[in-house]
Amino acid sequence: MKNRLKVLRAERDWTQAKLAEELDVSRQTINAIETGKFDPSLPLAFKAARLFDMLIEDIFQDKVDS
Amino acid sequence: MNKTNAETKTNKAYSRGRVSEAKVHYWGLAWLLATAGATFGPELLWGYGTLITSIGIAIQLALGFGMICAFKGVLLAMDELQRLIQLEALSLALGVGVVVGVSYELLEDVKLITFEPEISHLIMLMSLTYVFGLFLGNRRYR
Repeated sequence: MKNRLKVLRAERDWTQAKLAEELDVSRQTINAIETGKFDPSLPLAFKAARLFDMLIEDIFQDKVDS
Repeated sequence: MNKTNAETKTNKAYSRGRVSEAKVHYWGLAWLLATAGATFGPELLWGYGTLITSIGIAIQLALGFGMICAFKGVLLAMDELQRLIQLEALSLALGVGVVVGVSYELLEDVKLITFEPEISHLIMLMSLTYVFGLFLGNRRYR
């Protein structure tokens, strides 16, 4: 699964630690999601969508869609 | 200003995890001491008295369950990636423990080893496998 977390974070000038705090996860988890090593759960994806005020599919995309 | 607030909140979350881990360490230490007492007490301290030995083992068992509950608290304080790493490490340790434990016992049954397998050997193997699993998981997802 691809995601735009890194781009969205950069647009807001947030560090991984700041995003981790906003989503109540560890910085390691943010890094693993951004690098595609770990796919977040649906609740965490919803949380990210609420945080950035976007739809889930605007942040996370299935690789076969591209 | 925002960055300062973020760092403060992150530190709070970090502290929550550290408190849970500290509880496991205290329960683990208490269980270890109770295990030592139940193991060596009958011979060295109270001369195999049935009642006090039974009480010692009951305390050791109760502290063991306390340690399990404290570890559950640690897992609940973790986020989903940290839980996944724990799950993979624990399943690796359990799998290795069962498979190697059965083979180890079999070696004694068919007289390929002369000494009797000890449960402590299995616990050491599972502990080392768990630590190795954590190392692999953290490396994979770093």
